[in-house]
Amino acid sequence: MSENGDMGHHDEHDHDHEQSFISKYIFSTDHKIIAKQFLITGIFWAIIGGALSVIFRLQLGFPDMDLEWLRPLLGKWITTSGKLDSEFYLALVTMHGTIMVFFVLTAGLSGTFSNFLIPLQIGARDMASGFMNMLSYWFFFLSSVIMFISLFLETGPAAGGWTVYPPLSALPQAIQGSAAGMTLWLVAMVFFIASTLLGGINYITTVINLRTEGMSFSRLPLTIWAFFITAVIGLLSFPVLFAAALLLVFDRSFGTSFYLSQIYIGGEALPNMGGSPILYQHLFWFLGHPEVYIVILPALGITSEIIATNSRKPIFGYRAMIGSMLAIAFLSFIVWAHHMFVTGMNPFLGSIFMFLTLIIAVPSAVKAFNYITTLWKGNIVFTPGMLFSIGLVSFFISGGLTGLFLGNSAVDINLHDTYFVVAHFHLVMGSASFFGLLAGVYHWFPKMFGRMMDEKLGYIHFWSTFVGVYLVFFPLHYIGIAGFPRRYYSFTSFDAFSTFADLNSFVSIAAILTFGAQFIFLFNFFYSIYRGRRAPANPWKSNTLEWTTPVNPGHGNWPGEIPKVYRWPYDYSKPGAEDDFIPQTVPYSATPESNTDYENELAKPEEVTPKVKAEDEA
Amino acid sequence: MLNLVIVVAVVLILAILITIFRVSTLVGIVRGNTTKQVSPANKIQASLMIVFLVLGIIGFFYFSFGGLDESYVQPLASEHGAVTDRLFWITMAITCFVFIVTQILLFGFSYKYQHREDRKAFYYPHNNTLEYIWTGIPAVVLALLIISGWKAWVDITQKAPDDSEVIEVLGYQYSWAVRYGGADGKIGDYDYKKTDASNVAGMDLTDRSTHDDFFGRELHVPKGKPVLLNIRARDVIHSVYSPHFRLQMNAVPGMPTRFWFVPTKSTADLRIETGNPDFNFELVCNKICGKGHFGMKYIIVVDEPEDYAKWYAEQEPWLKQNPEYLSEVPADLRDAAMIAAGIETIPAAQAVDNLVVRNSR
Repeated sequence: MSENGDMGHHDEHDHDHEQSFISKYIFSTDHKIIAKQFLITGIFWAIIGGALSVIFRLQLGFPDMDLEWLRPLLGKWITTSGKLDSEFYLALVTMHGTIMVFFVLTAGLSGTFSNFLIPLQIGARDMASGFMNMLSYWFFFLSSVIMFISLFLETGPAAGGWTVYPPLSALPQAIQGSAAGMTLWLVAMVFFIASTLLGGINYITTVINLRTEGMSFSRLPLTIWAFFITAVIGLLSFPVLFAAALLLVFDRSFGTSFYLSQIYIGGEALPNMGGSPILYQHLFWFLGHPEVYIVILPALGITSEIIATNSRKPIFGYRAMIGSMLAIAFLSFIVWAHHMFVTGMNPFLGSIFMFLTLIIAVPSAVKAFNYITTLWKGNIVFTPGMLFSIGLVSFFISGGLTGLFLGNSAVDINLHDTYFVVAHFHLVMGSASFFGLLAGVYHWFPKMFGRMMDEKLGYIHFWSTFVGVYLVFFPLHYIGIAGFPRRYYSFTSFDAFSTFADLNSFVSIAAILTFGAQFIFLFNFFYSIYRGRRAPANPWKSNTLEWTTPVNPGHGNWPGEIPKVYRWPYDYSKPGAEDDFIPQTVPYSATPESNTDYENELAKPEEVTPKVKAEDEA
Repeated sequence: MLNLVIVVAVVLILAILITIFRVSTLVGIVRGNTTKQVSPANKIQASLMIVFLVLGIIGFFYFSFGGLDESYVQPLASEHGAVTDRLFWITMAITCFVFIVTQILLFGFSYKYQHREDRKAFYYPHNNTLEYIWTGIPAVVLALLIISGWKAWVDITQKAPDDSEVIEVLGYQYSWAVRYGGADGKIGDYDYKKTDASNVAGMDLTDRSTHDDFFGRELHVPKGKPVLLNIRARDVIHSVYSPHFRLQMNAVPGMPTRFWFVPTKSTADLRIETGNPDFNFELVCNKICGKGHFGMKYIIVVDEPEDYAKWYAEQEPWLKQNPEYLSEVPADLRDAAMIAAGIETIPAAQAVDNLVVRNSR
């Protein structure tokens, strides 16, 4: 904990004290190792979550298919006629959602990159509390283990949708998944929330207190701004989910009636009176909506950094980018009820929330325009990370625009809970964030493992995934406009939904191929860890601090003093400068040829130690 | 045996792919590709951007305008649906325009400004005018969308007209019960504790309004008249959804909800319009409710008003079908209940009179 603050006594970091395997790789307090732990666990969950979706896509695309061959894996969830059990289908969509939203795109994305990049990019030796950081991972691990176990229960995992609305999630009579599966879901989420809070407190404290000399907030890379704002959102919203879950636990196990009222089920009238299922929805979405920004903001931060670096241009509108993130963060707390327009909530509230929801499109639009302008007149290098970032912007636009339909309460009446919603959020939050995660891995892999990932495989991975994602989710808009409800096991019994069987098969094939393409990435990732080309110190010619560390930074990140920062991180292609990038560690006094008048003023009082000058080796 | 062959084939293919990968990596190193900052593949990526853009836009327009075998727009059959559909298509026009333009810029710029050794990027950190413009324009467009959406929303969610046909729709695992007020036009009270296998809606028979209530085998509604659905759920949350009427409202246990609409086309009209003689409107559940969620189908029949009145008059009160429940009726109301439910023979003319009185109110 005290390791970071004392910059004067840095010597102890130069010679890493001998660490046992356990304290180095398992119960490590090094933020870089913890980040990798989050990443590997996130990848594990992404495979599980993706595989679950492939199983239910088989059912949706090929309802007549004989799934007998899945029996060794799914056992009794394959019916005697070789079909997927309709209740297990719901368990699959529930677990797919839970895993992807929380375990992959929250823990896997924020956990990996906030941990990895915050100390490296702000110039700190480690997180404010390495121990809390370690706890954060191990709570997440515990949560993962519990959630994983729930997949194998006799009564199946939770099956009430990832939002687990009561009474369905409160009553085992209503659905088997609400028995032990739901209990484990709740326990796992409690540990998950604890993990997120421990992580978030750490991120916030670290960003506020441990920035290196000269690293003012107006010189922070946008990645750090994004992680910082994300952590604040998480800190404010996850406790509400905790409260919602706790009340649900009470209703399930201790006979309270927070969410239950006037229920007759399984041939008996329950005694619960006076509760409101809508209360749960309010509490859930008070987290649930900020949660989508918890998922997308880090991805947008990563993208900002990668697009600026590879366009060889400063990010356009740095302050506007920060401003729009702050606006999004603020608004994200007051739009939650747009998930509830047709729940029977007072229509007046619907009007208010429609108004607030559509406002959030303005800062989002600003971000998209700024990305595009950053590309304009750039000198673009298409690294795989850059490709995934451009893909992210494309998804963010496509999926964001459909939000204008759903945020409009009148239009939402017919679109609510249809495949239109599925298409919307899979593009804007699912795929966009997932691309942010992949972009980040490609971009910072050299820093993480000291080796490069293979570029060609990266290109193949990008194009197959990018095209694949559009082929999967774009057709769902049509199906959604036609009113197909989501979470339907089969559409055959309805005249209204008798169409689009071919389109559904097409989507399923595209989904399976896209899932398959991820194995190219997995191969590339694990192969390159051991056999990849050795990375240079600053492979992308980037300005930020992490590239001033040794190729394989030890515990403490910088062997000598922590570098000082003299400028913002986006001095790419500055007129007059010789190189097309000027790292943050280069003082203005060293670059008189490219300084503006204002910067020349700043240069005068700079106290430059010769050592820092020498670090401009790249 | 076949499985073994498949496994061996997969392993061999993987081995071949990995070998190709190794060889191409080594060739790349020999050629010195790895030492260049920007690999020759950069150009290919830029070109693929344009290929993707062109194919994507062609595909988008082709499939959006008739390229699909089936129509993705459900026929419309309600008054407010015309308003929300118009809003939907206005939003569609705006978003499509923005979608196409921004994607062209995104991929177009990516192609045009691909890396060239002889060029330096343009240092362009910000421009306040531009930023005001693209904050302002979306704000104005969104304000227009909000106002039109808000107007529609207020109209749709306002109190139902007094002459509405009131129908109770009750969702339960895994079907619907549809209750009408019967001769007196009033839907009687319920008490969920009175629910049982026969009394699915938990009718409270101490309320005399229940005595003539009947259940529809289908949800019949009159064309051209406002219909108010009083919606509730018995066990978990369900959602009353019917895409043709653009109507949706959740059914929540313990919290009655409502939705009113005016059907504008009868089932017969739609059978002509769609050319499908078996066409039926459907009521479906649109909130995950358990194993049978996908099977909660209920036919909605839109009748011409006179056919509706005729059908209405023909329905038998629930109490008449279940006379044993008379025991739950308080003794002092029992005679009246028998009359209301028509359990003792009463002149058919009187029932019709009651209906006429009800409809003229």
